[in-house]
Amino acid sequence: MTLEEKQQEIIDEFSIYTDWMEKYEYIIDLGKSVKTINEDLKTDDRLIDGCQSRVWVASEFKDGKLFFSADSDAIITKGIIALLIQVLDGESPETIVNADLHFIKDIGLQDHLSPTRANGLLSMVKQLKKSALLAMR
Amino acid sequence: MGFSVEDIRKQFPALHQEVFGKPLVYFDNGATSQKPQVVIDAIEHYYAKENANIHRGVHYLSQKATDAYEEARRIVQRFIHAKNDYEVLFTKGATDGINLVAFSFGELLEAGDEIIISEMEHHSNIVPWQLVCQRKQTVLKVIPILDNGELDMVAFEKLLSKRTKLVAVTHASNTLGTINPVKEIIQKSHAVGAKVLIDGAQSIQHLKIDVQDLDCDFYAFSSHKVFGPTGAGVLYGKEAVLNSMPPYQGGGDMIDKVTFEKTTFNELPFKFEAGTPHIVGGIATGVALKYLQELDFESVHQHEMELLNYAQAEMKQIEGLRIIGTAKNKTSVISFVVDGLHPFDIGTLLDKQGIAVRTGHHCTQPLMERYGIVGTVRASFAFYNTKEEVDLFLKALKRSIELLK
Repeated sequence: MTLEEKQQEIIDEFSIYTDWMEKYEYIIDLGKSVKTINEDLKTDDRLIDGCQSRVWVASEFKDGKLFFSADSDAIITKGIIALLIQVLDGESPETIVNADLHFIKDIGLQDHLSPTRANGLLSMVKQLKKSALLAMR
Repeated sequence: MGFSVEDIRKQFPALHQEVFGKPLVYFDNGATSQKPQVVIDAIEHYYAKENANIHRGVHYLSQKATDAYEEARRIVQRFIHAKNDYEVLFTKGATDGINLVAFSFGELLEAGDEIIISEMEHHSNIVPWQLVCQRKQTVLKVIPILDNGELDMVAFEKLLSKRTKLVAVTHASNTLGTINPVKEIIQKSHAVGAKVLIDGAQSIQHLKIDVQDLDCDFYAFSSHKVFGPTGAGVLYGKEAVLNSMPPYQGGGDMIDKVTFEKTTFNELPFKFEAGTPHIVGGIATGVALKYLQELDFESVHQHEMELLNYAQAEMKQIEGLRIIGTAKNKTSVISFVVDGLHPFDIGTLLDKQGIAVRTGHHCTQPLMERYGIVGTVRASFAFYNTKEEVDLFLKALKRSIELLK
C-alpha cells in the first residue's frame, strides 16, 4: 500500500463515526491494544518532552526502510501515535521526509498538532521526519 | 439584593454556544473569565467614539479619552480600597506587575538580601524573583506547603529574618484553590521590615480586596481574570514604596523633562507607565470592576461556594478520584487526578463533550513535583456557572473515566 492509500484507509475508517466520542473511543482502543516501544527503549534520549504528555520514539533502519516504535503516558496521544506509525512504518526515508500527513486534519484531529496543544505530538512528527533525514545521510 | 444566575448568564454572550454539538460548559475560569456585554460594548464604544491618545492632546477627543482612562483608575482605586488613585498603576497584567516590582524594587536590593516566595506560586511569581537573584545576588527562600495544600506557616516564620526584604505570595492558588492567610503573612513580614507583594491574579474575582486593610505593599492582578480584557492589569503599590523605586521602563508619559544630559521623571502613577498605554484595556477594566461591584458580593460568593461544595462532594464518590488541594479556605477551584489515567486524556474527552477545563501543570511545575504528579485536571467555577452545569460535568467525567479505564 502506498502512503497515500494508508492515509485513505484511516480516513475511510473514521468516516463511519459521526459522534466525536466514537472517534475517540476508537483512538483509545487503538492506544490500548497497540504494541509500542519496549520498556528498555524508554530512555531519556528517546523522550520528547511535550508540555502535558510524555512521548518516546525509537526508529530502526532496515533494508532501506524505516520502522518505528513509540509510546506515551497518555492513551489518546498513544492512539494517535499508533495511527502515525500505521502510515509511516516501512516507508523509505525520502517518502517520510516528504510525507504530507493530511489524514490527521481530515479525521479532525488537527488540534492535536497545534504547538499550543503541547502534547508532544507535533514534536513527534518532527522527530519521525528527523530520523528519516538522518537515515538519508 | 437578590442573585439570579439566569439573569447573570444573559450578560455573558460567550456562554451561549455549542462546541462539538454540545452546550458549552465553561469551567476554565481560573485561566480566564468570560466578558459581560457591558465590557464588550465599552471596547466597541471606545474605538467608535473616543479613540485618541491620552495625557497629551489639546483636542476634545484626547481629553475625553484621558477622562475615561483616569476615571477607570479611580474605579480600580475604589474596588481595591486604595488610599490614592495614583497608587494604582495600569500594567499589561499580573505578570507585568510582578516583573515591574522585581525590576524596580529589585534595584534597591543588595547581595545577600532575601526574597521569600511559596511552593504554590505559579511561574509568574517565581521566575521574576530568580532573575532578581541572578542580577543582584539575592537569595530566594521558599515556604513549603502541607499535604492539604495550605502554607506551612511555622516554616514561614522560621524563614523570616532581618535579611528578608520582600515576601511575594499568592492570595489564592490557581492550582489548589487555597486561600492564604495573607493578612497574617503581611503582619509578620512587616515585623522584620520586609515588604510584601500579593499576587492577586486568583483572588480579585473571588474575594473582597481591601489593600489598606491588608496593608500589603503591592497587589497585582490581571483584568482578563476578572471579566475584563486581556493585555491589561493593575499593580497597586504604596505611595512611599513606589516613590523609593527607580522607573521600570523609559519612554513617553513617564518623563518630566528630557535632555540628552539628564532626564527627570514624572510623578506617580505616570513614572511607571511608559509609552502609550493600553487605553481601552484600562477603561474596560474599570467597566468590568464596576459591573462586579454592582452585584451583591455575599450572594455571588455563596453561589460559588455552593458550586464548589456540591461538585467536591459528588466527585469524592467517584472511585479512584483524588482532589489535589483540600485546604479549609478555598476559592471555587477543583484540581483532581484519577488513578491510572492521564489528565490530558480526561481533559480531551471532557472537551469533546462540551466541557472546558484545564489540564496539565497549570504553570506550577514545582507544585506538581511536590505532589509527585504530572499534572491535574482543573475545573474552576465563576458565579455565572450553574449546578446543572456541574451535573453535566460529572456525567461527562464519569463517561470519560469509563472509556479510559
